[in-house]
Amino acid sequence: MSIKIDRENCTGCGSCINSCLYGGITLFDGKAKLIPEKCILCGACVEACPVGAIIIKDEKKEKKIDISQYKGVWIIGEHYNNKIKNYVYQLLGKGRELADKLKVELTLILLGSELDENLEELGMYGADRVIYVKSPLLRNYYSEIYVNVITDLIIEYKPEIVLVGATPIGRDFAPRISKRLQTGLTADCTGLDIDQETRNLLLQTRPTFGGNIMATIRTPNSRPQMSTIRPGMFKVPKKMDKKPKIKIIEGKFKESDISTNIVKIIKRGKKRINLEEAQIVVAGGRGIGSKENFKIIKDLAKELNAEVAGSRVAVELGWIDPERQVGQTGKTISPRLYIACGISGAIQHKVGILCSDIIVAINKDPNAPIFEIAHYGIVGDLHKVVPAITREIRRLKEEEKVRKY
Amino acid sequence: MKIFVCIKQVPAISEVKIDRKTGTLVREGVPGMINPMDKNALELALSIKENTGADVIALSMGPPQAEEILRESLAMGIDKAYLLTDRAFGGADTLATSYTLSLAIKKILKETEESKNYLVVCGAQAIDGDTAQVGPELAEELNIPQITNVRYVELSENKIIAESIFQSDEIAVIECKLPVLITVLKELNVPRFPTISGIVDAFDYKEVVHWNAKDLDADIQKIGLEGSRTQVYKIFIPPQKNEYIKLSGTIEDVAKDLCQKLKEDKIL
Ligand SMILES: Cc1cc2nc3c(=O)[nH]c(=O)nc-3n(C[C@H](O)[C@H](O)[C@H](O)COP(=O)(O)OP(=O)(O)OC[C@H]3O[C@@H](n4cnc5c(N)ncnc54)[C@H](O)[C@@H]3O)c2cc1C
Ligand SMILES: Nc1ncnc2c1ncn2[C@@H]1O[C@H](COP(=O)(O)O)[C@@H](O)[C@H]1O
Repeated sequence: MSIKIDRENCTGCGSCINSCLYGGITLFDGKAKLIPEKCILCGACVEACPVGAIIIKDEKKEKKIDISQYKGVWIIGEHYNNKIKNYVYQLLGKGRELADKLKVELTLILLGSELDENLEELGMYGADRVIYVKSPLLRNYYSEIYVNVITDLIIEYKPEIVLVGATPIGRDFAPRISKRLQTGLTADCTGLDIDQETRNLLLQTRPTFGGNIMATIRTPNSRPQMSTIRPGMFKVPKKMDKKPKIKIIEGKFKESDISTNIVKIIKRGKKRINLEEAQIVVAGGRGIGSKENFKIIKDLAKELNAEVAGSRVAVELGWIDPERQVGQTGKTISPRLYIACGISGAIQHKVGILCSDIIVAINKDPNAPIFEIAHYGIVGDLHKVVPAITREIRRLKEEEKVRKY
Repeated sequence: MKIFVCIKQVPAISEVKIDRKTGTLVREGVPGMINPMDKNALELALSIKENTGADVIALSMGPPQAEEILRESLAMGIDKAYLLTDRAFGGADTLATSYTLSLAIKKILKETEESKNYLVVCGAQAIDGDTAQVGPELAEELNIPQITNVRYVELSENKIIAESIFQSDEIAVIECKLPVLITVLKELNVPRFPTISGIVDAFDYKEVVHWNAKDLDADIQKIGLEGSRTQVYKIFIPPQKNEYIKLSGTIEDVAKDLCQKLKEDKIL
């Protein structure tokens, strides 16, 4: 495998140099030249070259597996104490769209202990079929059982696409499955589509380098095409009138077969903060000024039924709980609405909120970088603006009440 | 007992900037560093070594300059360091990387006639690729169990007890016999700094062993770009949003306008 630059065709435009993340190309004599020690053969320059002068050479012919045997889109569900997680419904919506483009079935796989009553309604969210593996042991998560069961099902049914939530659990079992099947796995995707050109390849888009760069990844030569998907990326679909085929498999596992033994589960006290799944998040940064002042953020959040979050500075100053930090070293969130109050919008903060549907920025500095990604911007003093918004929402709610009577 | 720590050289992300005018990455002077969580992995191995006298080995797959981070690990107190480096390893995705790392671990186990009494420690994820896949794939390749997202570890005799975070409000305490692979989080510990004598040792007396594909007797079909199943199809810089809508006027107007807009967007 190697990269060759065709000096005849190269125009010396430098597009390849800019596309390389590793500093692996320079200009030499007005033409592009590879620096072999730095090149990692990622192929980004091949895509970037406007005249097709960079060729990635595949010395050996890929041995092709029979891809045509693989059909259907699968979603591996996840539950928490037998409550199906919200992102599973989001994935069903996206999965339905992909399955329709490919004209194949959408299947949801569930492993649990008391999910029987939930199976029927999954059709309304788009599933053509539900395969439910049931065992009292599956109330909890066991890496080994998930890997064994799901791998066996994939080998038996041969789906072409397998989507898993990019949650701690999904990211625990999915890599082992992909390894066992010797197929590709793309981590933490934020976008999915079917390639129009090849008609059937899954295009998996994900942020890398702390969100500075997006990459679209394909898995052309092995099956299934597997990805983990960041929760909160897609909308829960509208319910449809559909009944899924249901297959229940009784799992015959014994605790003694498992090498990782759960000694106990400790609850981490407090009310569960679930920023990742929140629909609306109101956040404050250094501009809030003090712990006491965070009250205006909380008031607005309460009115909007939202979660409260903060920048790293707000956390470091002790104004807000570390679990509520948003950004590179905090949570990545994707609410429908994010309101940033007194947050400058450093890149490390921005990467945590890029996937929000609507971003509102309130900052007294018109040049704050947060405005670069905002949809609505208010240049002003948050101590006046935020309470005014709270009041306005209250007023609208009152109006609504009156109207209903 | 042996402890293998897999460490990766990554660009110091906070220093990667984008030139919005040309839409490209500014790479100038972006230094390489040990992936942050891999430092926690090193610290864990070193603290276990202090209590048990375990033999601690650092491994990295990467270009020749990745030797720097292995030197740094030696300076922290690691016993032996291996750099897996070969043009043929280039372009590896997680599948190929984990295969390559597994070969080195198997080779060292074989040479030292150790078979069961070992622990592999990886960072939970690397900050460049952010995949968190190499650890679990390596465990699968070695055919040993795994515990990911670990924030606390205790080792006694031939088993470990680890606290793993799978749900935001729960900690699972998991017990497992060696050999096992764990991937660790930042909150596990505070990595130590190299000492002066450590640095001197690392640069003057200790060596970083280099292994290439041949040394590892690697299957060419399974390494580098050849062994990768995922293919980077396109790389792009996230498009900058259009001009935002600026709301201005009196405070009351602004609040009204915003609510009106949010209603139109069907959020309120
Ligand atoms: C490796 C690394 C990881 C990091 N990870 C994160 C992370 O996960 N999350 C994160 O948030 N940060 C992270 N940071 C820190 C980040 O670089 C910024 O320092 C931080 O986000 C800034 O927080 P801030 O916006 O609250 O404060 P500042 O940058 O100080 O901004 C305060 C803003 O408030 C405005 N303001 C002040 N008073 C008012 C007022 N009365 N009305 C309106 N506006 C006002 C100011 O104009 C200013 O724009 C990380 C940094 C590094 C190096
Ligand atoms: N090239 C590599 N060499 C050594 N260890 C690696 C390499 N790539 C990944 N790792 C290990 O795997 C972990 C997860 O990396 P990733 O899957 O890339 O997020 C890292 O924290 C390292 O411990």
